[in-house]
Amino acid sequence: MARAELMDFDAALELFEPVIGLEVHVELNTKTKMFSAAPNPANAEFHVADPNTLVTPVCLGLPGSLPVVNGQAVRYSISLGLALGCEIAPSSRFARKNYFYPDLAKNYQISQYDEPIAFDGSVEVELENGRSFTVPIERAHMEEDAGKLTHVGGSTGRIQGAEYSLVDYNRAGVPLVEIVTRPIIGAEADAPALARAYVATIRDIVRSLGISEARMERGNLRCDANVSLRPRGQEKLGTRTETKNVNSMRSVERAVRYEIQRQAAILAKGGSIIQETRHWHEDTGTTSAGRPKSDADDYRYFPEPDLLPVVPTRELIEELRASLPEPPAARRRRLKDEWGFTDLEFKDVVNGGLLAEVTETIAAGASPAAARKWWTGELTRVANAEGRDAAELATPAQVAELAALIESGVLTDRLARQVLEGVAAGEGSPQQIVEARGLSVVSDDGALISAIDDALASQPDVLAKIRDGKVQAAGAVIGAVMKAMHGKADAARVRELVLERAQG
Amino acid sequence: MSEHLIRLTAAELGARIAAGDVSSVEATRAHLDRIAAVDGAVHAFLHVEGERAIETAADLDRRRAAGEAFGPLAGVPIAIKDVLVTKGMPSTSGSRILEGWIPPYDATPVQRVRDAGLVPLGKTNMDEFAMGSSTEHSAYGPTHNPWDLERIPGGSGGGSAASVAAFEAPIALGSDTGGSIRQPAHVTGTVGVKPTYGGVSRYGSIALASSLDQVGPVSRTVLDSALLHDIIGGYDPLDSTSIPEPWPSMAEAVRRADVSGLRIGVVKELDSDGFQAGVRSRFHEALALLERNGAEIVEVSAPHFEYAVAAYYLIMPAEASSNLAKFDSVRFGLRVTPDGGGTVEQVMAATREAGFGPEVKRRIILGTYALSAGYYDAYYGSAQKVRTLVQRDFDAAFTTVDVLATPTAPTTAFKLGEKLDDPLAMYLNDVATIPANLAGVPGISLPAGLAPEDGLPVGIQFLAPAREDARLYNVGGALEQLLLAEWGGPLLDRAPDLSRHELFATEEGAL
Repeated sequence: MARAELMDFDAALELFEPVIGLEVHVELNTKTKMFSAAPNPANAEFHVADPNTLVTPVCLGLPGSLPVVNGQAVRYSISLGLALGCEIAPSSRFARKNYFYPDLAKNYQISQYDEPIAFDGSVEVELENGRSFTVPIERAHMEEDAGKLTHVGGSTGRIQGAEYSLVDYNRAGVPLVEIVTRPIIGAEADAPALARAYVATIRDIVRSLGISEARMERGNLRCDANVSLRPRGQEKLGTRTETKNVNSMRSVERAVRYEIQRQAAILAKGGSIIQETRHWHEDTGTTSAGRPKSDADDYRYFPEPDLLPVVPTRELIEELRASLPEPPAARRRRLKDEWGFTDLEFKDVVNGGLLAEVTETIAAGASPAAARKWWTGELTRVANAEGRDAAELATPAQVAELAALIESGVLTDRLARQVLEGVAAGEGSPQQIVEARGLSVVSDDGALISAIDDALASQPDVLAKIRDGKVQAAGAVIGAVMKAMHGKADAARVRELVLERAQG
Repeated sequence: MSEHLIRLTAAELGARIAAGDVSSVEATRAHLDRIAAVDGAVHAFLHVEGERAIETAADLDRRRAAGEAFGPLAGVPIAIKDVLVTKGMPSTSGSRILEGWIPPYDATPVQRVRDAGLVPLGKTNMDEFAMGSSTEHSAYGPTHNPWDLERIPGGSGGGSAASVAAFEAPIALGSDTGGSIRQPAHVTGTVGVKPTYGGVSRYGSIALASSLDQVGPVSRTVLDSALLHDIIGGYDPLDSTSIPEPWPSMAEAVRRADVSGLRIGVVKELDSDGFQAGVRSRFHEALALLERNGAEIVEVSAPHFEYAVAAYYLIMPAEASSNLAKFDSVRFGLRVTPDGGGTVEQVMAATREAGFGPEVKRRIILGTYALSAGYYDAYYGSAQKVRTLVQRDFDAAFTTVDVLATPTAPTTAFKLGEKLDDPLAMYLNDVATIPANLAGVPGISLPAGLAPEDGLPVGIQFLAPAREDARLYNVGGALEQLLLAEWGGPLLDRAPDLSRHELFATEEGAL
């Protein structure tokens, strides 16, 4: 639907009550995959690999191969379930979800169906406007990821119409936890912001648990957003759509907002919503119809006979519970105090979804003020301009390195912004970019002095004023020197030297 | 020399090789010669590894000469059912859809057999994906029963049983989902054991029904099966359903075989008019012999066994429909592209249409239906309940007896083609063997004699509680000794001389 045909958001809210449901897939960063000994590309150590090199007979679904459950993935899943306030099932089972698709090596996905490992939890989510929400969690279950298809030829980039498709099974079998909320009712106009804040909260939780790299742009964290509308006063929930391919937190918010406006426009004209999956298009900010989806989709689930039930001991669950990081709300209060941020400063960090980035940047050696300044300042500005998430632009380690370079006088703030530009463009670490682009501050007094002497010589009147005690006149010389140095000089030092030379 | 070597048991051959009387190369060559001579008529093998087998044997001989120590079957040739994947050797599971596929890895039982120094001769014929009781459903043509080439060798593991019965291999590996080791043993006068579920790793066994499949030994004597069981059995971290606890030696159980005081339960429901007269008479004679030697024979009831076949034909196809989904042409095996190309779905469909035989398609459709929404509870769900009831029947029976005894199958070997168009008649062949798979308990079939009316072999089956496989080797080993004494030699000595058939084959097929 073209944007012009959408119903105005506020108008939509007047007529309809939005109900959302979120499914978040978290790729666990275990060393090996969910059911095989193949290295896990969701672990930072194996992120870069040629296609089909991180595979065993199990990942390829070769005849005779059998799955074996990764114990670490189970422990991570239990920790996540506990952090979501869930019950942990004393016994849970894997099931086969049967469907044919070329990225699915066995043509069935090993997942959990009627017996998930964790269920009945809730997550506290804070919105930018200060509103706080309790999002009810229905379940969190373990499953394996599918491979990755690249469709070649054809205009859509989809399998339909492609000349041929390439399959990379490196991702096949990557451990996933799928977190499913119950229908979230009552968010009203905050529904889009809540969806975003929820995903940010899940990301903070898995980051603080250390169980996932949680980079949305890499697919470590993926969100499917279910949206339905019901006319004001109606009890029964409306027909929902499930929007997939929402790969940034910003997109989560936009996609939910778009679906509310799209559905409202259809319903207001007396039309009906088709239950289907929809694809989010980042470039146009719209969704398009995918395949029809009904509750009767027949995946012919049955208990996976190759695996035994997962039966964690009471002791293991309690051990994992005892080692959980503090709950997000308490953690936020503590961090705010520790960092000495004002309410407003801290809110900027949280609302920007940058808590994990700032925490990790500080842990990597930066001062709290520097970490906050760069994440909520320049990086957020660039991210907004480019329609991306700040976290996609740089890593906490890179920002900490940048802060250290400023601290030691190698960079000025102005130069640091140029370095960040290079980091975001993937040119390397800040130190590498400083060297490659020759961006460091000129701290060689000899070079500065020669530039100052040149400037003073060409502006004798200024020199005279300075000698008369009119120190503010030095500004013109400092400007000329900075220009001559292409900005790569520390202005304070230039000023000191100008005064020194003028007196001399 | 060669004729003599092929008639030795695996244990005897292993001992001769260990003593230095015979080399592994000689033993291997003798069996390859026998295969060359008779397999044109028997067709037990889908693939023979002539040169590589000789190389393996020569390597073994060299290592032994260099002082390396080996187990009792080192240097002994072995045939491997094509359901097991073998590194660098074709593995088709009897299907066109896997024609030409060369696996990059060995199944765990194959790996263990290699580690123990046995010499793989090749891969044996089977019903496609182990679906059948006659080997007629092999995509590569049927195997013939060495006792009568016009008759079926049983199935699905007819190739392994026939290879052993025809002295093409002293010993073989099989797999048993509903009787595929035991029923072929019954109709070929050989020994076959389905171990406790979890007793032998399934890793690398091309799955038919994961909760029922079990790899096991095929041989001419109970001791040979025990020796092979000791090699392939035991925990495997690559199979989650593998039992981690250690096992006693099965070979020891055979050597110490003694049935005095053993309580043997005869399953009333499997001792009925539905069984051929000669099958029943040999069964009861064997029981009488055991009784005269100190065993106690009692009748027990297993009231739910009559529903076992029905439950099996829901659970097995349900699991098979999912297990066989991976055969889609994308990663390995056959690929059929429709004329003028096609979508990936069309290529998958064309490949499966051309690559699967009619019995496989029948079971995939049955299983898909049984798992469908709206039918799941009535079919798959009910079948699982029956499975539980069958397990309870076993539990109840084993509170009063040590082992159960039944005829292994209702009839002796039937004629090739006789039941091919009657799937239900074919399915009922497994009425006595299926309950063990549903309950996960171990079973053995060993020769009980020849049926008087047709002169064909008859087997007797013993079943034991889960993890008590050693009891089967005890009672089987004891009965075998008693019967050998009565017969004055192995039953297979009475099988026809296959070299005569070799002439027929030559007359028919020579160029």
